Amino acid sequence: MRSKRTELFVGSFILLGILAFVYLAVQVSGLAFTDKKDTYQIVARFDDIGGLSNRAKVTIAGVTIGSVESITLDKELYMGLVTMNIDSDVNNIPTDSSIAILTSGLLGEKYLGLSIGADDEMLTDGGEIFDTQSALVLETLISQFLFKAGDSEK
Amino acid sequence: MKMVALLGGALLDWIESVGRAGIFLAQSIFRLPVRFKESINLLIKQLYSVGVLSLVIVVVSGAFIGMVLALQGYSILAKFGSEEAVGQLLALALLRELGPVVTALLFAGRAGSSLTAEIGLMKATEQLSSFEMMGVDPLRRVIAPRFIAGVICLPLLSLIFSTTGIIGGLVVSVNWLGVHDGAFWSLMQQSVYFDTDIVNGFIKAVCFSIAVTWIAVYQGYECVPTSEGIGKATTRTVVLGSLAILALDFVLTAAMFGDF
Amino acid sequence: MADAYIEVQDLSFSRGDRVIYENVSLTIPRGKITAVMGPSGTGKTTLLRLIAAQLSPDSGLVLVDGKNVHMLSRSELYKVRKKMGMLFQSGALFSDMSVAENIAFPMEEHTKLDAKAINEKVLEKLHSVGLRGAAQLKPSELSGGMARRVALARAIALDPELVMYDEPFTGQDPISKGVLVKLIRQLNESANMTSVLVSHDVEESLSIADHVCILAGGRVIAEGSPEDIRMSDDAEVKQFLNGEPDGPVPFHYPEKDRAGVEVTV
Repeated sequence: MRSKRTELFVGSFILLGILAFVYLAVQVSGLAFTDKKDTYQIVARFDDIGGLSNRAKVTIAGVTIGSVESITLDKELYMGLVTMNIDSDVNNIPTDSSIAILTSGLLGEKYLGLSIGADDEMLTDGGEIFDTQSALVLETLISQFLFKAGDSEK
Repeated sequence: MKMVALLGGALLDWIESVGRAGIFLAQSIFRLPVRFKESINLLIKQLYSVGVLSLVIVVVSGAFIGMVLALQGYSILAKFGSEEAVGQLLALALLRELGPVVTALLFAGRAGSSLTAEIGLMKATEQLSSFEMMGVDPLRRVIAPRFIAGVICLPLLSLIFSTTGIIGGLVVSVNWLGVHDGAFWSLMQQSVYFDTDIVNGFIKAVCFSIAVTWIAVYQGYECVPTSEGIGKATTRTVVLGSLAILALDFVLTAAMFGDF
Repeated sequence: MADAYIEVQDLSFSRGDRVIYENVSLTIPRGKITAVMGPSGTGKTTLLRLIAAQLSPDSGLVLVDGKNVHMLSRSELYKVRKKMGMLFQSGALFSDMSVAENIAFPMEEHTKLDAKAINEKVLEKLHSVGLRGAAQLKPSELSGGMARRVALARAIALDPELVMYDEPFTGQDPISKGVLVKLIRQLNESANMTSVLVSHDVEESLSIADHVCILAGGRVIAEGSPEDIRMSDDAEVKQFLNGEPDGPVPFHYPEKDRAGVEVTV
């Protein structure tokens, strides 16, 4: 009888460990097992990607509709080439939409925000957004501010 | 000159003992028990005494460490007005470092020492010789199930530790300090990655489990079979085990997270 | 000597700097009870471990049933050991098993008997040592004498050809001693086993042994039948048998002077 109880305890222990693993994976890291949604890829070129990283989210009106797949350097134009996966049910993004690198909160992560254009033609797989707004780099901001302050004093 | 010879001798002794421990480990793993059912029973017994009996200390310490982390993190993050980030701090600290390391240290003290003492006592009361005399290899009958149980239990305990820590921190920061729970979770989920954080933390725990259990069973098997010898071996398990965990942690952290 | 089951030839063994045996030769006849006696610390237990090949000698041979046990491969050695039973000084019962499981263990390990047959044999062995009623007890619940009887039952579980007893009488009360003497005698006669008994209890050993070896100072000082030993006029043997405090074996442990040279007192 004693060994039956031991087995029960050991079984519960292992189950508890597996549950903890699933909890960590789903609730803490936000891993979604149903994430194998159909997506299509679009690209955008930025002058400065300023700390954007792989898997950063892509949003419209704050709602996540995709994520960054890869970031590479466009060797001809010397620009950052960002490839992103967009959920295929969001298939009505006009070709003249603009995209910006934004920051969530003061210390938060970088993400991409899409602003919708007015064109009748929609983006499809492999399409490109030409209207891009680079990340705000603190040093650039400060130097701009200093120059302006200097100008106005004159 | 004498000094050099002495040092060299000590180094050779040390290398020799590492070699002995390595051969010992290989022999106990590759001479796995032949009869399947019996070996499963032995393993279950050891899983119980190594894992289930360590559960209470792991759960309680995990909850308290999570709660303390939340309190400390909150008081600092509140100065920057970003107290929501406490979830992120909690999850990353627990998953990457505290979960595997603290669990392994607790494991060395709770399960490692008792493994050493038990095996040492079996040696002192001639039970190990007795197995040998019956034509049964004590490495496979006594050492192998204990080693495997240790290697299975520590990573599971580490996962349980991290989970209770996060839940403890959640209770303190959300229910007590009033952090917004939506922000708590979303900031956490944004910054925690399954492969870099959870999987790497798990790999750490697996490495620690091998090191600690190896040291524990080896110290028990090689101890001087007297009450003094068993006492010394038990102490050595805890000391060497803890040092091994911390040193290994540095190496693994450098390899996993060092490139950014 | 009629038929030797174990032959020890020119055996030398040392532990670190301490020489335990120097060119020891002795024979253990088949089917008889041989007592190996000697003062404490002469390495009597070591001799049993050398015979079972748990230790390897520096030089010399140990032949068990004609095979040199130190030259065997691991699996062959384990096969030979199945024919040996050993009663350890402390009993060495497995503390996490009940009495019945302890005795069943060697059978489960080495025979293909089913659970029912094993259970029957376990009870039979326990019956032969008079502890049939103790089958479900844990080793920690047994008295010293009972533990040794259970260990004896386990040692004979596989009906071995050779049983080695390591100090079976030490720390036993007179009744337990009497029981053990009777059991050893009985087992040897009924199952036609060869028995080796290591002890420093002179009376008990001489009363059951057919053949006696006395070891002292790393060599054999006397070998023969109990009568021969009792008649011996060797000073060392006499001192040992009669328990005289001083004689060839000095009362004082040899001292070392400051230079590390041995001084005889």
